[in-house]
Amino acid sequence: MHELSIVASLFEILLAKAQENQATKIVGVKLKVGKLSGVVPEFLQTAFDSYKQDTIASAARLEMEEVPLKLRCRKCAAEIEKEDFVLVCPSCSATDLEILEGMELLLDKIDLEI
Amino acid sequence: MAKKEIVVREEILGSNKKVAAEIREKLEAAGVLVVNLLSSPGSGKTTLLERLVETLKPAHHLAVIEGDIETERDAERIRRKGVPAWQITTGGACHLEAKMVGKLLPEIPAGTEFLFIENVGNLVCPAGYDLGENIRCVLLSTPEGDDKPKKYPKAFASADCLIITKSDLVPYLPFDLEKSGNEALDLNPRLRIFVTSALKGSGIAALARYFIESRIHMIQRRRHA
Repeated sequence: MHELSIVASLFEILLAKAQENQATKIVGVKLKVGKLSGVVPEFLQTAFDSYKQDTIASAARLEMEEVPLKLRCRKCAAEIEKEDFVLVCPSCSATDLEILEGMELLLDKIDLEI
Repeated sequence: MAKKEIVVREEILGSNKKVAAEIREKLEAAGVLVVNLLSSPGSGKTTLLERLVETLKPAHHLAVIEGDIETERDAERIRRKGVPAWQITTGGACHLEAKMVGKLLPEIPAGTEFLFIENVGNLVCPAGYDLGENIRCVLLSTPEGDDKPKKYPKAFASADCLIITKSDLVPYLPFDLEKSGNEALDLNPRLRIFVTSALKGSGIAALARYFIESRIHMIQRRRHA
């Protein structure tokens, strides 16, 4: 349950970007949430909704896109999308896999009213 | 009133990562190897640290940071072994963050070779926070069960080393050492695995040697860089 502290970090960036752009309101926030980011989207939503009160984001909509786990085999160069976390290449059985996507927790876009 | 969409593509925890990178750089340059210990509560982090301190202290300079929600108890246990220890009480927060460690850096005595950070007992939240460590260890105690790695994939996937603790209980438990090791290796084939019993003292010397060798590699890598 570290979603509230993630939301606090998110708001640091949001408010700084809003100020940079001289925005009066933040109306939309889009995140990319990796499947292996360790974050529960429902908890993030609840934390966001409680944190946004009395800020310029009080009416903001939070959109989260789940990013699946994407790997590349360092041996046979195959790119793999996986539902589980078994890090074995399905084409050549090598275990030397690079994680390309699925760990991230990104602030992708912000919709502002200027 | 104009609407504007701005593309940010920034990591939400980017500021934690930045502080962690600064800590790593500063401590590496000073020859300090930083070890972050993660596990669920009660898996034996502090007891393992006590044994490690006893093994390493005669020849090495150590420091310990203890993370807990409340109380100074763990830091006191380490101080009783004659090693400087600081307690971070998070007051409810379920993990340590890099800036909490950063605040303590001025206190770390010159000449320290190893800094152990015991994270708040939790297998979920601490996994997302780099503290500036060189080695992340995840502990799995035998009473917790051998099926934990795949239930908590991020902790095991992000670790460098798995320490199985309380191995003296294996004869009394349905815990399969090989199964737990294989589950963890599926998630993270590069994981180093140590089987330890703080009660019997087994596996502690091998673990201490791993930290000593890792520090030597760290220093050599910097020299050649």
